[in-house]
Amino acid sequence: MIEFQNVSKSYNGAVAIDQLSLTIARGEFVVLIGPSGSGKSTALKMINRMVDHDSGRILLDGEEIYSFNVRDLRRRMGYAIQSVGLFPHWTVERNIATVPQLLGWDRLRIEQRVTELLSLFAMEPAQYRTRYPHQLSGGQQQRVGVARALAADPAVLLMDEPFGALDPVTRAALQLELKRIHQESGKTIVLVTHDIDEALLLATRIVLLNHGSVVQAASPLDLLSNPASDFVFDFVGRADRGIKLLSLRPILPWVKSNQASNARLGMPMIASAATAREALSAMAAKGVSVLQVTDAQGISVGCVDAADLLASGHG
Amino acid sequence: MVKPLFILHPPQVQRKSINPVLAVCWALGAWVATALPFLRVAPNRLLSGEPAYLVDLLLKNAGGIAAGLLVLVFLLGAVFAPPQRAMQWAVTALAAILMATLVWLAGSHASLVAQSQSPLTRTALGAGFWCLVALVWLICLDALLHLRLGPLPRLAVLVAVALPMVCVIALGFAQDLSIMKEYATRRDVFASAVLRHLQIVLLAVVPSLLLGLPLAWAMARRQRLRQALFPVLNVIQTIPSIALFGVLMAPLALLAATYPALAGAGIRGVGLAPAVLALVLYSLLPIVRSAVAGLDQVPLAATTSALAMGMAPLQIFWHVQLPLALPVLLLGLRVAVVQTIGLAAVTALVGAGGLGALMFDGLFSAANELVVLGVVPIVLLAVLADAAFKALSAALEEPAQAVGVPA
Repeated sequence: MIEFQNVSKSYNGAVAIDQLSLTIARGEFVVLIGPSGSGKSTALKMINRMVDHDSGRILLDGEEIYSFNVRDLRRRMGYAIQSVGLFPHWTVERNIATVPQLLGWDRLRIEQRVTELLSLFAMEPAQYRTRYPHQLSGGQQQRVGVARALAADPAVLLMDEPFGALDPVTRAALQLELKRIHQESGKTIVLVTHDIDEALLLATRIVLLNHGSVVQAASPLDLLSNPASDFVFDFVGRADRGIKLLSLRPILPWVKSNQASNARLGMPMIASAATAREALSAMAAKGVSVLQVTDAQGISVGCVDAADLLASGHG
Repeated sequence: MVKPLFILHPPQVQRKSINPVLAVCWALGAWVATALPFLRVAPNRLLSGEPAYLVDLLLKNAGGIAAGLLVLVFLLGAVFAPPQRAMQWAVTALAAILMATLVWLAGSHASLVAQSQSPLTRTALGAGFWCLVALVWLICLDALLHLRLGPLPRLAVLVAVALPMVCVIALGFAQDLSIMKEYATRRDVFASAVLRHLQIVLLAVVPSLLLGLPLAWAMARRQRLRQALFPVLNVIQTIPSIALFGVLMAPLALLAATYPALAGAGIRGVGLAPAVLALVLYSLLPIVRSAVAGLDQVPLAATTSALAMGMAPLQIFWHVQLPLALPVLLLGLRVAVVQTIGLAAVTALVGAGGLGALMFDGLFSAANELVVLGVVPIVLLAVLADAAFKALSAALEEPAQAVGVPA
């Protein structure tokens, strides 16, 4: 879908992107991560030509991005940034309708699309479409920002630290919404962040950049279990790498059926969709080593044991 | 010539109820009525005449004394009354009646003089009259501030306040006043002078806006251009207008002599061309400065998003930058228009015509009333333009509140 071929870029002699090669497949959720100045944001902005590269090629669906009209190219990609950048003098509806209007959609289609997108982000369309950005909370503003990026149903969504300015609770909620939208829509998403937990949660593939080139590109689980270098090892958190691994593991495979375990009434419960990290955290909080596991309807399906979960990392 | 008028801030509502503005106006008004000549009566147009005082006019009949005392007592009461809305409305209404009455008093005295003495006799409005009208207007503005009306109701009330006075004049009660006699002899010239004045203002401000906006757009993007151009615009602003006309006359005259076609199109050393050119240059500074300031405060995130979503530069300017910069731009445009209305008076010196022509005619023939006949409409135009722009700015305030940068 998107392919970087030996792309380089320097600012006044300082190298920002150094021979970057990267292929992003359709439907992937790629998170570009790295320390400040690693070139992650620059690489993202090259995709829709907000930044021009000096050498190399970037292909979109096999075609050089410079073969497109720059405005057509940009209208084919959603773009969301940390500072949101909603137009303060336009209503939520008109903000979301920006690109559809540029593309000349008719009014009815735009109206329907706005309703659809607001519902997608659990914002009551009738209530919110006529509001102005300053009448929204930070989280709502960013929801509208992402909705605006999705408005013309672009195949690619580019996001530059979209949740960086939000409080932890709002950020977590929006991350889950984005993850759901990715799973439901199958869009190709490229997201830049410096938050490794965000990357581990969202990405289907994490691309770790340093000094403008790729250090390691791997799935979250691979990145944690097989760090390619000391730099990666440090970046993913040397000390709590194990804890992070736990957060990638669902507990379901280690649930023992009720017959095999000694489930008791009043034993603390946890949902079967939880991760090993959540289960161990609950055990630590309750002071127990066994939890009763319940399904979505709240019916007990068995038990999970701390020892099994901890041993799972080596299994 | 005409600078933006008073900037009055709404006073804090206090329980301690004395209205300082009204108190000062009351005291000044009482002094003006007795000490400054309300009218001047001269045997002909060129002599300066004998003063007539408001107090003397009122003392001639019992009704006048009673009415004068009533007004004084009421206003004194209003000074010490708590600032309630009913009281402010009463003061506003009184201001409207007072202004009409002042004009009627002056006019009827002039008629009396005209009947009893020679028809050549001139009754001119004195310093006392102008001061009293100004004081009453001030009292009215103060009352309106206390009422805290919205921009459009405020404009409507101001018009309503001036209406009785306009009626008194329109009904001919003031026709024997010297200024109205000057008007009567120049009725045709007057209307075309006002139109010409407006024409000069439009010919100056519109091109200045068309020139200033792209200039400001470029300057907002390029720091170096900004550093180079602002000093130039500042220097232009410091050149006295008459000197600038002089500077422009020579090259324009040369152009007209070299290319007769240009002269045919009205580009000559004298007349409209140098006047309008100079006024365009003067308007550039306030327009460009406010436009640059307005563009500067457009959130960078908004323009970046617009670009990233595939808007063309011109679309970004029209749909994002200009609307967000508009409140600040309007402030500068207001200054430019008010300033141009005043400066346009001076352009009569290079033969551009307008209300300035009446004013200078009066100056050169020592006919003070003719000067006033030229100046009063200029002041009125400036006040009207100022009020209109204020109302426009206030009407824009609702979306402008949204300009706060999202966190």
